[in-house]
Amino acid sequence: MTESLFFFFASLTLLCAIMVVISKNPVYSVIFLILTFFSISAHYILLNAQFLAAVNIIVYAGAIMVLFLFVLMFINTGKNVESTLKKNVLAKIAGTVAGGLLFIVVVAALKDVALGHPDPATYDSQVGMVENLGKVLFTKYMLPFQLVAVLFLVSMVGAVMIGKRETGEQNF
Amino acid sequence: MDSVLLIYKGIYILAIFGISLLIATYSTYFERKIAAFIQDRVGPNRAGPMGLLQPLADAGKLFFKEEFIPAKANKGLFILGPGIAMLVAAMSSAVIPFGDTLIIGETSFDLIAIDVNIGILYIFGVVSLGVYGLMIGGWASNNKFSLLGAIRAASQNISYELAMGLSLIAVLMLSGSLSLKVIAEQQTGFNWNIWYQPLGFLIFLICAFAETNRTPFDLPESEAELIGGYHTEYSSMKLGMYLFAEYINIFVVSAVMSTLYFGAYNFPFMENLRNAFDDPVLGNNVVTIIGVAVMFAKIFAFIFFFMWVRWTLPRFRYDQLMKLGWNILIPLAILNILLTGGGILLYEHFTK
Repeated sequence: MTESLFFFFASLTLLCAIMVVISKNPVYSVIFLILTFFSISAHYILLNAQFLAAVNIIVYAGAIMVLFLFVLMFINTGKNVESTLKKNVLAKIAGTVAGGLLFIVVVAALKDVALGHPDPATYDSQVGMVENLGKVLFTKYMLPFQLVAVLFLVSMVGAVMIGKRETGEQNF
Repeated sequence: MDSVLLIYKGIYILAIFGISLLIATYSTYFERKIAAFIQDRVGPNRAGPMGLLQPLADAGKLFFKEEFIPAKANKGLFILGPGIAMLVAAMSSAVIPFGDTLIIGETSFDLIAIDVNIGILYIFGVVSLGVYGLMIGGWASNNKFSLLGAIRAASQNISYELAMGLSLIAVLMLSGSLSLKVIAEQQTGFNWNIWYQPLGFLIFLICAFAETNRTPFDLPESEAELIGGYHTEYSSMKLGMYLFAEYINIFVVSAVMSTLYFGAYNFPFMENLRNAFDDPVLGNNVVTIIGVAVMFAKIFAFIFFFMWVRWTLPRFRYDQLMKLGWNILIPLAILNILLTGGGILLYEHFTK
């Protein structure tokens, strides 16, 4: 049951992710990206990590994708942007290089991954529950957690600084 | 045993679904009656006694109206929009505890559809998806007014979700659990969260108005500036679905507020009543049934409050709305978290 569910969601994730890339209309891309996040959340639930599943949907599907859609709706593409991109050779080269670099990073990251099998006798199925996650975050990973908080604060301050009105600036 | 529970859950989910639809249907009637009362009119009184059949007449009218799709609209997404709005609205009542347990024979039945340990996050996630219905519908209409309404809805929902989440954190600090069932159980008798979280409740209430797009925050559909907002181009039952989803959302958010702050199905002296019966099973069941009635009374009180505000307060201006959300509610919510944390520390310091 769990295994067939896993394969169903894995293929759904891949299918949606491919559709994100090959959709002609960027609004469809965003909708497929939302579906991708949903199927990734389904994977989290299969791993008994309900908190991660819920947070993934709230943060990515619920907030960030809304902002993506928001911007895309204002641009209202579909006619001109695509054709200009296709003609530009420089854009093609840049895309190829960037994609190749990303591929190298992925390979480098996956090279040393230990695909260990957890021992069923000692494995705690409750490890993904929110209580355990919180305990681990606030004890074992206290420093990284705090550093990430500082990072967020910095980006928040940066966003406020960019959005702030400067003296003498024309406002419509 | 398992099959009994499975059948029970199925029936219960259907019942909750039916009840939310029924309440949403009659909310339209009561909205008009309350509006009439506040404006010193009579309100709908033609269909049936006291106009009680008015919602059915409205639904019948909406079903038989012309199904119109604008020529330049994106057809697939145009149909998808109201569908998402309705689906998301109907999904969210699944984790709300409408009552305690009923004991029949040997088995005890929980009056909650699915008891997940992240209940409140589930509701939060589902509610945050609701905005897609409005955005996709508004964009697919290919109409500037619809698009503006959709954009307003999106930015408003995101802004107020932050303050809502922050006000929620203070409740979670008190309860120590994300499960709505546990939060409800902790507020036995008159030990409601509202006594500990008055500021948090106020923030949550204001955000709830913004999240359901109700006056004074109904800017996505403000008819004076945007015709109908995101549903300008919609007709027939697709329009009906949008309006219906709004009423279901009001029902759900009222249920959430009753659960989080007003003790869900708990009422004063419930323990005394439970102990007054010789038979513990009978006592439990009586208390549970009264509890369900109390829960629905609280929900109806909130729904009435939503309508009362709608017909009393004028609409905000858009920059005022954003200023209220970002400059006032979020700092207040953070202050509330600090106060709650300090309070919990002081309490533990002096009692241990």
